[in-house]
Amino acid sequence: MTEIGLGHYLTLGAIIFTIGVIGIFLNRKNIIVILMSIELILLAVNINFVSFSIYLNDLSGQVFTLFILTVAAAEAAIGLAIIVVYYRNSGTIRVEDIDELKG
Amino acid sequence: MIAHSIFFYFFSFVAIISAIMVTASKNTVHSVFFLILDFISISCLFIMIGAEFLGMIMLIVYVGAVAVLFLFVVMMLNVAQQKNQWFLSKSSSSHIPIGLIISSIIFFELIIVVGGWKYKPDLINSSNTSLNNEISNTHSLGQVLYTDYIHIFQISGMILLIAMIGAIVLTFRQREGVKKQSYVKQISRERSEGVEVLEVASNKGVRIDD
Repeated sequence: MTEIGLGHYLTLGAIIFTIGVIGIFLNRKNIIVILMSIELILLAVNINFVSFSIYLNDLSGQVFTLFILTVAAAEAAIGLAIIVVYYRNSGTIRVEDIDELKG
Repeated sequence: MIAHSIFFYFFSFVAIISAIMVTASKNTVHSVFFLILDFISISCLFIMIGAEFLGMIMLIVYVGAVAVLFLFVVMMLNVAQQKNQWFLSKSSSSHIPIGLIISSIIFFELIIVVGGWKYKPDLINSSNTSLNNEISNTHSLGQVLYTDYIHIFQISGMILLIAMIGAIVLTFRQREGVKKQSYVKQISRERSEGVEVLEVASNKGVRIDD
């Protein structure tokens, strides 16, 4: 219990990943919270990469975490830009009100 | 070792609680603040586990840039008016149990994978990017990032450039009634349309068209 191993970090990553998925499914407020949930999911993936990298003694995981960080930043910028444009056009970003695609 | 486990449990507890609060808090601004707290505790975990460079980069990129971007957008969009309860809206609540079921299935699958994974014993020896404890984390990352992964590195730079251009193009709008300097108009101005020589009759004056 006191020895922190790889399993602890992987469990932490799994818990945060699941919280992110729940946030996407059950969100009723606005799309910004969905974007934040996606950030949480990417964070969980980063935790997995870094802990595997440390415990398996291989540096590749940290390199790929760096690239995930890059892609996450780009995704957040583009997503927020889309949300701003949508809010300017329709005046709302509530999840329930966004139903123009009739999905 | 005791200190390591105490810090691990503390930071992971803070991270999990703040992750729950990100999705569950009613105010979106509070969600952004909890997201910042989450990133900070996870980067503390990274620094503690030995990936200092990534922990610092997480602090700079996420807390310094992404979370502030979220905060700006939340404050600009006036979503505080649309404050809404968690789990509200009876009309479309049918997807809530399905979402919970799918999330719990994902969680149990992940836990099964965590509990039962094994790797081949010769996996480590096949890697050529093993950790070197004699040089620092940043040094070793730089050694592989600019040699083995240089193409991916440049492609990620291109991704950032395209994201920047895309964000500007998406949010840019031409407004009416804003006075701007137009270089093309200034340069293409001819003398004939700018200056006019008039014969002025005496005692009449000149009427200037406006």
